[in-house]
Amino acid sequence: MRLLLSFSSGGLFGLGLFLSGMTDTQKVQGWLDIFGAWDPTLAFVMGGAILPMALAWQLTRGRAPLVGGSFPASPRQELDRRLIIGSVLFGIGWGLAGLCPGPAIASLSYGGTGGIIFIAALLIGMMAAPPFAQRLDRAAAST
Amino acid sequence: MNIDWIWGLIGGVLIGTGGAVYLLGNGRIMGASGILGGLIDGSGRNNAAERLAFIAGVVLVPLVMWLTVAEAPDTHLTSNTAVIVAAGLLVGLGTRIANGCTSGHGVCGISRLSLRGLIATVIYILAGGLTLALFRHVWGLI
Repeated sequence: MRLLLSFSSGGLFGLGLFLSGMTDTQKVQGWLDIFGAWDPTLAFVMGGAILPMALAWQLTRGRAPLVGGSFPASPRQELDRRLIIGSVLFGIGWGLAGLCPGPAIASLSYGGTGGIIFIAALLIGMMAAPPFAQRLDRAAAST
Repeated sequence: MNIDWIWGLIGGVLIGTGGAVYLLGNGRIMGASGILGGLIDGSGRNNAAERLAFIAGVVLVPLVMWLTVAEAPDTHLTSNTAVIVAAGLLVGLGTRIANGCTSGHGVCGISRLSLRGLIATVIYILAGGLTLALFRHVWGLI
């Protein structure tokens, strides 16, 4: 049941990315390109996605997940360097190629060689992240 | 009249519904970088099957769509391998350091009124916009 729910969730995510056109880097870069031909599609995707999620967060109140366990704890509110530096690096990469992790995975079957190279580089970047993150944590602790 | 925004909205609602299923069903936050990253660095070893099932869904449904009803979608990804590699490394590194990407911080974070999710989203959109402005319009490289 747990696996079926995961698969369905991934399937809906993939279908949504496919239909919204978010696997097209031109649409994503079009949203970021305020000095070029600006394309607002991504804002509709984000807005459309936030609506059912906001409802879902409301439904978590006083309940437990369907297959047991517990809901994620309330989010931390402090803004640390990891959040800021990581988001800047992500944003630069996102702007360069127009791909973020979800659409990159969703377009794997039809993205061609470039898509596979992107995923390979993405995985290497992910492998390199833990030592970087620890260094940032140590730097924060010493100041 | 451009109807892309309608498809954007429909796709967005499906993405959010996927996130709602993952949250209400399994009690987890649907973040693509977290789900994939946990498999890569071993931090998600105890629920690896769940993560793999999610990724299988993300890959297989668009594949089936492409093979059946839709025409081959164009990704318009640059052919410049150096740009692809640099972008992939930065996205992989950045999303893991920041603990989230467009789905985790943007969709799942903002929808629960998380300040961290909102700030991360604003920062990566600004960084992406600035990158595009410099690389495309100032230096003409992408």
